[in-house]
Amino acid sequence: MITNLFHPLLALIFAPLMRGIINKTKAFFAGRLGPPLLQPYYDLKKLLKKGCVYSKTTGFVFVLAPVAGVALCVLCLLFLPCGNLPALISFQGDLIFIVYLLGIMRFLTVLAAMDTGSAFEGMGASREVAFSALAEPTMLFGLAALARKAESFSLTPMMHRITAEVWLTDAPTLAMVIAGLLLVFLAENSRIPVDDPATHLELTMIHEVMILDHSGVDLGFIEYASALKMWILGSLIIGLAVPIRSGIIWADIFSVLVGLIALAILVGVIESIMARFRMRLVPQLLIGACIFSIIGFLVQ
Amino acid sequence: MSHEVFLENAKAFKLTALPCLEISDFYSNVSDSLRQHWRVSSYFALNSSSEKLNNRLIIVLANENEKMLKAFSTEVKNSFESLASEFPQVELFEREIYENCGITPVGHPRLNPVRKPSNFQFFRFDGSDIHEVAVGPVHAGVIEPGHFRFQCYGERVLHLQIALGYQHRGIEKALIGGPDLKTPYLIETLAGDTTVGHSLAYCQAIEGLKNIKVPLRAHVLRAIGLELERLANHTGDLGALGGDVGYLPTSSYCGRIRGDFLNMTALLCGSRLGRGFLRPGGSFFDLDTEERRCRLQSMLENAQRDARSAIQLLWDSPSVMTRFENTGRLSRETCVDLGLVGPAARACGVFRDVRRDFPTGIYGTSQFPTEVNSDAKNGDVASRALVRWHEVQESLDFIQVLLEKMPSGPVCVSEKDNPCISDAMIVSLVEGWRGEICHVAITDEVGRFKYYKVVDPSFHNWNGLEMALREQEISDFPLCNKSFNLSYCGFDL
Repeated sequence: MITNLFHPLLALIFAPLMRGIINKTKAFFAGRLGPPLLQPYYDLKKLLKKGCVYSKTTGFVFVLAPVAGVALCVLCLLFLPCGNLPALISFQGDLIFIVYLLGIMRFLTVLAAMDTGSAFEGMGASREVAFSALAEPTMLFGLAALARKAESFSLTPMMHRITAEVWLTDAPTLAMVIAGLLLVFLAENSRIPVDDPATHLELTMIHEVMILDHSGVDLGFIEYASALKMWILGSLIIGLAVPIRSGIIWADIFSVLVGLIALAILVGVIESIMARFRMRLVPQLLIGACIFSIIGFLVQ
Repeated sequence: MSHEVFLENAKAFKLTALPCLEISDFYSNVSDSLRQHWRVSSYFALNSSSEKLNNRLIIVLANENEKMLKAFSTEVKNSFESLASEFPQVELFEREIYENCGITPVGHPRLNPVRKPSNFQFFRFDGSDIHEVAVGPVHAGVIEPGHFRFQCYGERVLHLQIALGYQHRGIEKALIGGPDLKTPYLIETLAGDTTVGHSLAYCQAIEGLKNIKVPLRAHVLRAIGLELERLANHTGDLGALGGDVGYLPTSSYCGRIRGDFLNMTALLCGSRLGRGFLRPGGSFFDLDTEERRCRLQSMLENAQRDARSAIQLLWDSPSVMTRFENTGRLSRETCVDLGLVGPAARACGVFRDVRRDFPTGIYGTSQFPTEVNSDAKNGDVASRALVRWHEVQESLDFIQVLLEKMPSGPVCVSEKDNPCISDAMIVSLVEGWRGEICHVAITDEVGRFKYYKVVDPSFHNWNGLEMALREQEISDFPLCNKSFNLSYCGFDL
C-alpha cells in the first residue's frame, strides 16, 4: 500500500521539473543559457506567497477553478499505475474516469475564463473547447485499443499486461496509439505546434489567454495543475513506450522518471525546430492524431 | 502661373513660386495626377493668420516612374470637398487637416479623429454571431500603445480599425519658430527606431534652406548610419517574425544580431540608436582612425555571416513558410490605392524607394538599391519578410563598399552663420527603413519655421495593415502586424 503512494508523491514533487527541462532544451537550441532548471519551482513559490486580485465581474467559479484543477489532477494521479506498481485505486472503467476527470478540470477552467466576460478569454475558451473536442476521441480510441489488447478496462491490469513481449507481437498498435497520444499530449499541454506557451500575444494564445485574469495563489495552482496534467498524460505515454515491468519498485519508478525526462527533452526539441501551426490547421492535426488511434484500434 | 511646380528633393524654393490654384483646378489636378500613378507624399493645411478664414492647402505628390516630385496649393475657407472616396490615400491626410486646422473635408466617408482615440467612432457589424475584440492600448508586451478593434466572425476577421494618438506629443507644433537648439532633439524623438532617418531628413531640409554643401565624407557616413539603422531594424523584425510563429532559432539569434548592428552604430557615434550622430552641415562624428574602420568592417563581416545562417533558416523551414505564405495578403491595386511606401509597398510589387527615385548624397552615384526578385511580390507576410532580407543583404554589401573607399576630408561644415532663406519651402525625402520619410519645412519672413510637416512612413502604411487583416484569422494579427512593424509614435507625432 505504501509503495503505491510512491508514484503520486513522485509526481507531486517532480511534475514542475518537466517544464524546466523543456525550457532548458529550448534554450540550448537557441544558444542561450536559459532560465534555471528549477525556475518553475521558484515561480510557484513566488506565486504562492502573493495575494489574488479578483475582478468585480467574476463569481465563485473563478475562485473554484484553480483549486479544483489541482484537486482533480491529484485524484487522477491515484489511478495511475507506474510500471508494475499498481495504482492506489483501480476499478473497471477507471481509464475512462481519468479522461473525464481531466475533462471536468477543463470545463471549470473554461467556465472561469467565461466568467471574466473578457473578449480574449471567451476567444481562448472557444478555441480550447473546439480543440479538446477533437483531442478527446484520440485519447479514447487510443485507450480503447489498449483495453482491447489487454482485455481490461482498468489501467493497472492494462499496464501490467503490456510488456516488452506485446511490443514484439503488436508493435503497430502500440506505435499508432503512442503517436496519437503524443499529439494529444502536445495539444492538451498547449505546446508547439498547437499553442505557444512562450508567447505574449493574447490573440494567438489558446490556454494562456484563458488564465490571463488569474493572479497570485490561483495562478500558482493553475500552473501546478498544468504541470501535473503534463505528468499524467506523459506517464501514460511512457508506460506504453517503455515497457519495463520489473515489479522492483526502484527500477519501475526510475524507468518512468527517465522516460518522462526524455519526453520533456523531445518536446523541447520539437519546439525548437518547428513553428507552430496556423490555427486553422490545428483541427487537421488533431484529426490526424485521431486517425492514428483508430488505426491502432483496428489493427489487432 | 503654371499649374504645378516640379521639385527636387531637398532643394528649397520661394513660397511665391508655389502655384496657388483655383479650387476647381486644384481638384482636377490632384485627381488627374493620382490617376496617373502619382501618389501623395504630404498634404497639409497652412493656417494664414493674417487673412481671416483663408487657409492654404498644400499637396506634395511623388511619382516613382517619372522620378518626379511636384507641389501645388489652393486656398480654402473652412471646408473643402473630400477626395477620399475616390482616392483612399488622401483619406488620412484629410482627417489630419480637419483635426489640426478645423477645415472640414465635406463628404469624407468616416471623419474619425487621427490622434484623439477617445473620440473614435468604431464601425460595427450587426448580427448575434459577430463578436468584437478590442486590443490595447495597453498590451501584454513592451510595445507602444495603440487600440485595435476587430469585428470577427468566429476566428475570421471581417474588419479591423486602428485608433492611434496615445503618444501625441505635439512635436510639429513645438518645431514652429525653429530651428533652434532643441530642434534636433525633437526630430530625433519623432520615432526612436528611425532616429537617423528623421535626423537626416531634417538635416537635408536645413542644408537646403541654408544653401550648405555637405562634404562627401559626411555623405558617406550618413549613408552608413542610415543603412545600419535599416539593418538593425530589419534583422530584429525578421527575428520577431520567427518569434511570432514560435520559431525559436531565428528569433533568438536575430535578437543578438540586431544588437550587433546597434553596437556598430554606437561605434560610429557613441549611441546605439544614432542619437546625436547627424547635424546640419555634416555629421558630429567621424570614423577617424583606421583601427575603428577595420573594427567596423570585421563586425560587419561577422554579422553578415551570422545573419545569413540565422535568417536563411526561415526559408528552409516548411512550418515557418506555411505560416508566412498567403498570410496578410495585400494586392498590388490596394497598395497603389492606399499609397503605401517602403518594404510593404515593394512586397506588393510596387517598387518605390527614395534612395533610387529621389536620391540625395551618396545615393545619387550608387547602383543601389535594386529590385527584389519576383518571388517577393505577393504582398503577403512571406514577401515582406523576403523583401527585408533582400534589403539586409544589399545594405550589408553597400556599407562594405562605402567603407572600402572612404573619401578623405572634413565631415562637417559650419552652418551657424547662414540664416535660412525666408519665405521658402523645402521638401526633404529620405528612405528610412520603414519607407519614405517626408519633411516639409516652410519658413517665415525672417527664416524661422512657419510650419514643419512630418510624414512618417507609418502614416501611409497603417491603413495597409487594416486592409491586410481582412478575411484573415485573428490569431495571425500579431504576425501581420510585425511584418509591417509600423511606428506608433512616428504616427502620433
